[in-house]
Amino acid sequence: MEAYIRGTGIVSPQKTFNTHDFLTEPVEYTTNSLRCIEPVYTEFLNPILARRMGRIIKMGIAASSICLKDGGVPIPDAIITGTALGCHEDTEKFLLAIIDNEEQFLTPTSFMQSTHNTVSSQIALQLKCMNYNFTYVHKGFSFESALLDGMMMLEEAGIHNVLIGGHDEMTEKHFKITSRVGYWKEENVPTMEIINSKTEGSISGEGAGFFLLSNQKSETDYAKLLAVKMIYQPENQKDVQSEIIELLKEKNLTPEDIDCVMYGISGDVRFDDIYYNLQKAVFGNSTSVYFKHLSGEYQTVSSFAMWEAAMILKTQTIPVCILIGENKKKEIKNVLIYNTYMNTYHTVSLLSKC
Amino acid sequence: MDKNIYVTGIGIISAIGDNVAETLDSVRKQKSGIGSLDNIETRHKNDIPVGEVKHTNAELSKLLGFSPETKITRTTLLGIVAAKEAMESAGIKDVKEFRTGLISANSVGGMAMTEMYYKDFLNPEKKGDFVDYILNHDCGDSTEAIANVLGIKDHISTISTACSSSANSIMLGARLIKNNIVDRVIVGGTDSLSKFTINGFMTLMILDKEKCKPFDAERKGLNLGEGAGFIVLESEKAAAGKEILCELSGYGNANDAYHQTASSPTGEGAYLAMEKAFKVSGLKPADIDYINAHGTGTGVNDLSEGTAIERLFGNKVPAISSTKAFTGHTLGACGGIEAVLSVLAIKYNMVYPNLNLVHQMSELTFTPVKELSTDKPINHVLSNSFGFGGNSSALIFSRH
Repeated sequence: MEAYIRGTGIVSPQKTFNTHDFLTEPVEYTTNSLRCIEPVYTEFLNPILARRMGRIIKMGIAASSICLKDGGVPIPDAIITGTALGCHEDTEKFLLAIIDNEEQFLTPTSFMQSTHNTVSSQIALQLKCMNYNFTYVHKGFSFESALLDGMMMLEEAGIHNVLIGGHDEMTEKHFKITSRVGYWKEENVPTMEIINSKTEGSISGEGAGFFLLSNQKSETDYAKLLAVKMIYQPENQKDVQSEIIELLKEKNLTPEDIDCVMYGISGDVRFDDIYYNLQKAVFGNSTSVYFKHLSGEYQTVSSFAMWEAAMILKTQTIPVCILIGENKKKEIKNVLIYNTYMNTYHTVSLLSKC
Repeated sequence: MDKNIYVTGIGIISAIGDNVAETLDSVRKQKSGIGSLDNIETRHKNDIPVGEVKHTNAELSKLLGFSPETKITRTTLLGIVAAKEAMESAGIKDVKEFRTGLISANSVGGMAMTEMYYKDFLNPEKKGDFVDYILNHDCGDSTEAIANVLGIKDHISTISTACSSSANSIMLGARLIKNNIVDRVIVGGTDSLSKFTINGFMTLMILDKEKCKPFDAERKGLNLGEGAGFIVLESEKAAAGKEILCELSGYGNANDAYHQTASSPTGEGAYLAMEKAFKVSGLKPADIDYINAHGTGTGVNDLSEGTAIERLFGNKVPAISSTKAFTGHTLGACGGIEAVLSVLAIKYNMVYPNLNLVHQMSELTFTPVKELSTDKPINHVLSNSFGFGGNSSALIFSRH
C-alpha cells in the first residue's frame, strides 16, 4: 500500500493557500489560541450558500477544491475525511438554542449542519460526486484513519484518486471549556518561543488540510506516502520506538535513512519529552522539525504536518522557522511524521521523495 | 483480496431487549419497543413515542458491574453491553491471540451529557465532578472506553456518517481484514437518545407523533430510538474451529449527492450502494431472500429507498421489511442493530414483520412482510442504511 500525493489544499493559521511560498515568512502570533487565515469563500461557493454554512464547512470546501485543482482531478473516486469535533460551531449553536429557548422556536439549519460528516457530504454535493464517502471521528486517529482508508481504497479495482482531508475548528466557547481540563496554556506565547515555553498546556489551533492521493505516478507529485501507523495507548515510550523501527524495517529502511523527522512538539511540558526521547534514542542523525507552533494543537493537526512534509520533499527545502537545530542533510529522501495526542494516540506517517 | 469474512459473534441492546435472547423473544412475539420517553427530561416528552432502553444509566452501570457513580456516558454504557456480548458470543477469551480491532460508530458522541452540563461547562465559577464529562464529548470517546473494557489495542477507530455510521464500521472491518491489517474486528455502533437529537428531528418535522409506520402510504415520520449493535468479523485463520454464524459477503457505500438531509426521489445513492454490495459479493438480486430495509417511516426515505429497490430488483422484490417499528431509528447504531437482526434472520430462517403497515404505497409495487415468517430458508440478507449528507450503505450477509 503506497500512494502518490498529487495535490494539496491547506487552510491554516499560516498563509498556506493561493501561494507558492513555503513558510519563508511565517505569520507570528502571541496567543494561546490560533485561528485560520480564511480564503474569500465566494471563489469556491455560491455566496448565498456560503452565508448559511458554518466556518469549518467553508474551510473544508475551500481546501478540498484547492487540492483537487492542484492535483488536476475534478472528481475523486472517494472522499474520506477525519475530524475529531466535526462541525462544532453548528453543534454549539443548536445546543445553545435548545438550552436558551427551552426547546422552542428552533430552526433546522444548524442541526442539519452539525452532523460530523457534513464537510465530506458538502464536498460531494458541490462536486456531484456519488462515490465512496466516509468520515472518521476518532480523536487523534481521525486523520490517520482517513489516510489508511484512502490507501486501502487505492488497492481496489477501478480506484485511481482519493481525496483525503483532516479538519477541525476551534470556537471561543469550546476553547473556554477545554481550558478547564488543562488542554491549553494560560499565558499568551509568541510563536517562535512556544518550543521553549516549559509550561503545561499547548496553543490551540485549527485547520483543514486536504490531499489527493493517487496510485498512478505523475510529473507533479509532491511525495510518496509509504506508510501510516496508529499506536493506541502504548505501555511505554520504548514500545513506540520499537513500533517505529519495525515500520521502517517493513519498508526496508533504517533510522539512518530518515533524513527528516517531524515531531509534534507543542510546548506542553507534560508531553514534549516523548519527542525528545525519540530523537535521542532513534533519530539522532536526522534533521529535526516541528510544526505545532505554526498551526496550534488540534486532533487532526497531522494533516498540517503532512502538508509540510510534502512541501519539504517536493521543494527540497526546510523553512528555517520549523527547524530544530540545523538541517543536517543536503538531500531529503525520507520524512517521518510522529505525533501524539495526549500520550494516548500516537501516529506515524512515512513519506518519501518521488 | 477475495478473502471470506466470517461473522462469529453478535451483541445487541435496544428497546426490544438487553441482549440477543431478549431481542429474539420480542421479535418472535412481535412486540415493539416503541413507547414512552422516561430517561430524558424534555419538553417533548409527551409529544413523541421513542424506542428507549428501559434502564437508567445507574442501572446499566450495575448491569456491567461498574459502580453506579462511574462517570460513563449512556452511549458508552450501551456500547459496552452490546460489544461485550458480541465478543463473548464469538468465544474470544484471549484478545492477544490474534490482531484484534474495534470499529465503532455513533452520531453525537457524549452529547447526552454535554447537553446536561453545557452551561456549567461554560461557567468557570461552577466546580464539580461534571467537568470530567468534557472529555466524553468527542465521538471517539465511547469507542476508547469500549476498547479499554474489552482490552482491544491493535486497531481502533470511530466512524460518524449519521445514520449509516455503523453499517460503515462493519464495512470497514471487512476491508481491514481483507487488507491484512487485523485478523478479527468487533464492528458496529452505539447511540443514546439525547435532547439534541430529539429537538433536531423535531425541527425537521419528520417525527411521527404515533408509532411509526414504515412503507405505509399514510406514514408520518420516524420514531427515534437508542441502543447498540456489534458483530464480530474474523478472517479464516482466526475463525478456524469456531461456529460461524454467517459470512459478510458484500458491502457498498455511495453518496446520493442530492441534499444535505433528504434523499433523492430516485434513490440514486441507495441504488449505487446496493449495486456495489452485489459486485463485491458476486451475488445477483435474485439470490437475496430478505431485505432488511432502512425504512425509517419518513415520507422521503421510504419512497426513495423503495424506488431504488425496485430499480434494482424489478418486479421480483424478495421478502422485505423495516424493523424500525420494533426498535425505533437508532441513528448511529441502526446499522449495527440491523446487522445483528440480519445474522439472526439467517440463523433462524426468520423474516421480521414490518409492524404497523396497513396502507399500500401507491408508488411501489412491493408489499413488505406483515407477519413473522420462519418457514422459508433465508440464505442471503441485504441490509440498508442511509444517512444525512446522502451517505448510503448496503451490506449483504450470507449463509456459510
